[in-house]
Amino acid sequence: MTADLLPRALEMVGLVQYAEVGEFPVERGYIWSSCASVENGNPLFWDDAVAGALTGGPIAPPTMVSVWFRPHNWAPGRTEVALPLQVHFDLKALFDLPEAVMTDNTIEFHTPVRIGDVLRTHQVLRSISEEKTTKLGTGRFWVIDVVYANQDAELVAVESYTGFGYQRASGGAGS
Amino acid sequence: MTATVAPTLLHGDVHVGDALPELRYQVTATTVVLGALATRDWRPMHHDKDFAVNRNGTQDIFLNTPNQAAWFERFLTDWTGPHGRLARVTFRMKGSVFPDDVMMLRGVVEETEVDATGCGFVSVAVTLAVEDDTKTTCAARIALPRTAGDNPWARRGDQWLPSPIALPEVDRHVGP
Repeated sequence: MTADLLPRALEMVGLVQYAEVGEFPVERGYIWSSCASVENGNPLFWDDAVAGALTGGPIAPPTMVSVWFRPHNWAPGRTEVALPLQVHFDLKALFDLPEAVMTDNTIEFHTPVRIGDVLRTHQVLRSISEEKTTKLGTGRFWVIDVVYANQDAELVAVESYTGFGYQRASGGAGS
Repeated sequence: MTATVAPTLLHGDVHVGDALPELRYQVTATTVVLGALATRDWRPMHHDKDFAVNRNGTQDIFLNTPNQAAWFERFLTDWTGPHGRLARVTFRMKGSVFPDDVMMLRGVVEETEVDATGCGFVSVAVTLAVEDDTKTTCAARIALPRTAGDNPWARRGDQWLPSPIALPEVDRHVGP
């Protein structure tokens, strides 16, 4: 049913999309909130002497990399909620797939993120599957890479998401 | 003045099959909400039980993925100490973690290697389970110092190869 849309979607494969700059510099308040949320006592994030010795100064936990790109829930002049991973939502809309889940997430960490960094990112659609039916419903899998860099154009991380957009087999609401 | 920090764990101390110290944690609604807000995830299924139940069809609000990543990082670096440098993680989500769940994180060393640059890595298979139900799996690769004077964090450029298997070729041009 959506096969005729596949060529349009495939045109997006490999394109750099949604190049963005973070809305705020990396800051310690969020680092400490994140560490507190999981009771992470790693001195690298709490003790400046340890951070100075090992990383040349304070850094953010590597797994926080996507945090720096989650848009504010509201901002002046914004009329719609901004969405992270926009390519994912574009594909849902293109194929008219109201539900979606993320099945796999890989993150490769490069240069550490430092306090005051203003990161930038872009998204690249890597692949789209043929139509498949799972226990959730019928839809397509897709793989999207998110590339993060710092203000000096050093690669910070590459995140790869596998998503499954689908239509439920028997109605009902979803995420 | 720069402090000297001794490594907690050296690469040579780790062997395939070693089990990491388990982490047991009682999840509450606060755990879920705190984790969502700390990761700037404002979606209602992570703080609004009514939405989670009636819209998502789940039993309650549930831990979001970025916060689970933070739990895995904490679990791994509790073991390695601050010298442990996370290189790569892959998550697979199988189920949700809700308030009142007691989650258990367990890890087993699957591989140890020294790469072409001389950096010592270990690969760890981690599971996050509630009772015997595995909710998330995580394959992690983390660098450890090989000697007391080694520091994986000091590696830069082509001396830091976080992935033994390249991700799908992608335009990683990040310059202006």
